[in-house]
Amino acid sequence: MKLFPTGTITGMWLVLKRLFRSYPNDIQENMKAGSLFKATSPQVASERASVNQKGLITVEYPEVKLKPPENFRFIPFLIYEPVLDAAGKPIVDAATGKEEIGVERCTACGICAKVCPPQCIWIVRAVGDDGKPKPKAAEFYIDIDVCMNCGMCAEFCPFDAIKMDNDYELAGYERHVNHIYDLPTLMKSTTYYESIKPTDYAAEEAARKAKEEAKAKKPAPAAKQATAAASAAKAATPTMQEPPATE
Amino acid sequence: MAVLSPDQVQPAEYSKAFDAESVGALLKQGVPGAVTSASSAGIVVDSAKITDVLEWLKNSPDLAYDYFNSVTAVDWADKFEVVYHVASTVRGGPPLAIKANLNDKENPVISSASSVYYGALQQEREVYDFFGIKFAGHPNLRRIFMWEGFEGYPLRKSYKEAYYEQERKPFETRWDQGHHIIIEDRVPWHDNVIYPKNFDATQFKQIREIVRVAPIIEQGDSKALKTQPIVVSVGPQHPSTHGVFRMNVTLDGETVMALEPIFGYLHRNHEKIGERNTFYMNIPFTDRLDYLSGMAMETGYVLAVEKMLGIKPPERVEYIRVIMNEFTRIVSHMFGGIGQVYSDLGAFFTPIVIYGLEERELVLDLFESASGSRMMCNYMRFGGVWKDLPEGWLEVAHELAFNRLPRVADEMETYLVKNEIFDIRAKHVGVLPPDLAVSYGVSGPMLRGSGVKYDVRRADPYSIYDRFDFNIPVGTNGDIYDRMWCRIQEIRESIKILQQAIKTIPGGEIQAGKKAYSFKVPKGDVYAHIEAPRGEFGWYVVSDNNTTPYRYHVRAGDFVNLATMEQMCVGHKIGDMVGVLGSVDIIMGSVDR
Repeated sequence: MKLFPTGTITGMWLVLKRLFRSYPNDIQENMKAGSLFKATSPQVASERASVNQKGLITVEYPEVKLKPPENFRFIPFLIYEPVLDAAGKPIVDAATGKEEIGVERCTACGICAKVCPPQCIWIVRAVGDDGKPKPKAAEFYIDIDVCMNCGMCAEFCPFDAIKMDNDYELAGYERHVNHIYDLPTLMKSTTYYESIKPTDYAAEEAARKAKEEAKAKKPAPAAKQATAAASAAKAATPTMQEPPATE
Repeated sequence: MAVLSPDQVQPAEYSKAFDAESVGALLKQGVPGAVTSASSAGIVVDSAKITDVLEWLKNSPDLAYDYFNSVTAVDWADKFEVVYHVASTVRGGPPLAIKANLNDKENPVISSASSVYYGALQQEREVYDFFGIKFAGHPNLRRIFMWEGFEGYPLRKSYKEAYYEQERKPFETRWDQGHHIIIEDRVPWHDNVIYPKNFDATQFKQIREIVRVAPIIEQGDSKALKTQPIVVSVGPQHPSTHGVFRMNVTLDGETVMALEPIFGYLHRNHEKIGERNTFYMNIPFTDRLDYLSGMAMETGYVLAVEKMLGIKPPERVEYIRVIMNEFTRIVSHMFGGIGQVYSDLGAFFTPIVIYGLEERELVLDLFESASGSRMMCNYMRFGGVWKDLPEGWLEVAHELAFNRLPRVADEMETYLVKNEIFDIRAKHVGVLPPDLAVSYGVSGPMLRGSGVKYDVRRADPYSIYDRFDFNIPVGTNGDIYDRMWCRIQEIRESIKILQQAIKTIPGGEIQAGKKAYSFKVPKGDVYAHIEAPRGEFGWYVVSDNNTTPYRYHVRAGDFVNLATMEQMCVGHKIGDMVGVLGSVDIIMGSVDR
């Protein structure tokens, strides 16, 4: 061993440098928020947790929360299109505070339940008065204790009906009832979806519009309805898909 | 101790690789009557001559199959097939598959390969545990993941696990009459605990005696105290928590006399789950193997299935995979491989861990914005990736690879190389000689720390690693210090690869062909291996032309590396043992699977 521990001292110096780099920076950022004892503003926080930051990169959760990236995925939810008023704004139900359900996108085709790796999705398909299955879910459960947040249900849904949420604060005291999400819990409006994933929403809406326009160009509305019904029926009983193209 | 500078270490040069057919022809002359058939899928040999075959392959100067990748088995309807994979650290090239059939399903016995490769010692125990195949001549043939009072062999096709519902997913109860049942109510647990006949839990005793499995080289300079040896059970909750892992250590005073790692506390039979899953469903499960390097785990599995399907991913995807893999390596080394070792050596929560975590945070942010999750990324797909990189992603990656990470690597080296305390604790402690390392099938920075220049990225290049310019750093002494030094240098080399990849990444498609969630994979088997941060991870996947794999086996690098713990610790003080364990760099998710 060397008599004089130069390496250790160099290391200590490095720690000291980091300290000086961090704390003045910390104080400065808190002052930007108005007071030394106030939590950092979200704006400052996101700057702070970036690659250009030289000092501390942490923020004071839960006082300060960073916005998750758009691709973030945590527990699926089902999408509905809200009922719009005359001005084109969604009508909010006063009792529940939720937007009124216009169109449920889910057709209970069961693809999500089939791709789900831990098999945590349970669907009961609705049955009409005539006894024939309807393209609608009567019951829909997701066991969020089993869900592994892989996002495959959203990836393969042909109707953009199931999407991954951004809400990650789901801790609870009870799991047998609260952690089994049923249809009313899972239903969230397109307005919410747009607020968490604007890019995906815009792209999907554009694709939908393009499809509708292409369809509108074709005359004979009766035939259009027939094909739509056929495609819904086909999706309702999905068959094994083709393997990926090989070279 | 002479540390090589990175300029001195040149990429390894390998001679021409042999294919299975030509090896089979040579083997027919070398060991007469042993080979049944030889094709590109592997060489089928007579099970009675398996040790002769392996011995010959190892000692043949041209072939030099000195490296034992894996041994596993497949439970076919009429036979057990024991599959060995061996490779050469001298020659490089893809591993060679040797298969032996055991037709007696009632009492399958094959002679142990542990007399040829020490690497077989631990992995044969795994095969015995899961399949009940007995390895004659194995010095310590006991269960390894399951407890000794366990009934049944879980990976046999006849075995039904707790909560068993159906042979393969998707389960029919989920759609279209999917009334939810809570998991505990679905299959009551008490119906699934099966005890062996005449088993009495009160009489159960864990086997505690020392079983010497390989010759031990005593290390250290501690003088034996000649006290009465005591057995200390270290774990399963270790202070510097690597996970729930236990070691039975026999001590003479403070000196380690014998050590036996005990596995299985985090065992969930990933392989059985994998055989119930469809091929596609397995991707997110692989993230849970080595959870500090999920991207690398996915890549390995996806490569294996791509080989079976014969898909080639587009250029952009290959680049994205390399970028993700190298980022993974950097953060995994910073946190697990380097940071945790310091914490194991007594510097708990000192800046080296925290600094490593800081950079890891930034890289995980990148993973999150690309894939949606920080650790359980689920990003790789067969023939592609989930989604293209979001806007501004490459700019942040560029800043990290060109400015921030090189600076941090320098900082870390200042700590590592120049710190006297670390010098004393790490040099000449936990020495693993190169011949032992190769024989045990040790891989990753541990193997290279022992001075063996073997890196799967060079020896058997996968993806597009053959296009990048990087070196393989190797140590000289094979002690804790060299392993750490190798990891630091590997971070530098990874940064080099990242810089090249980020500069040259092309645009274009991110998925070859059409994405499908359920498809049949043609009959056959494949072994794909990658250089993960914790060594060589291999996926052995067998398909019988169905939507689910018939056999799905993971060769975990850190599980294999742990077999050398006793070799490295005997003769040292118990305090050093903890440091040695840290330098092996284990993640229980992949060790116990």
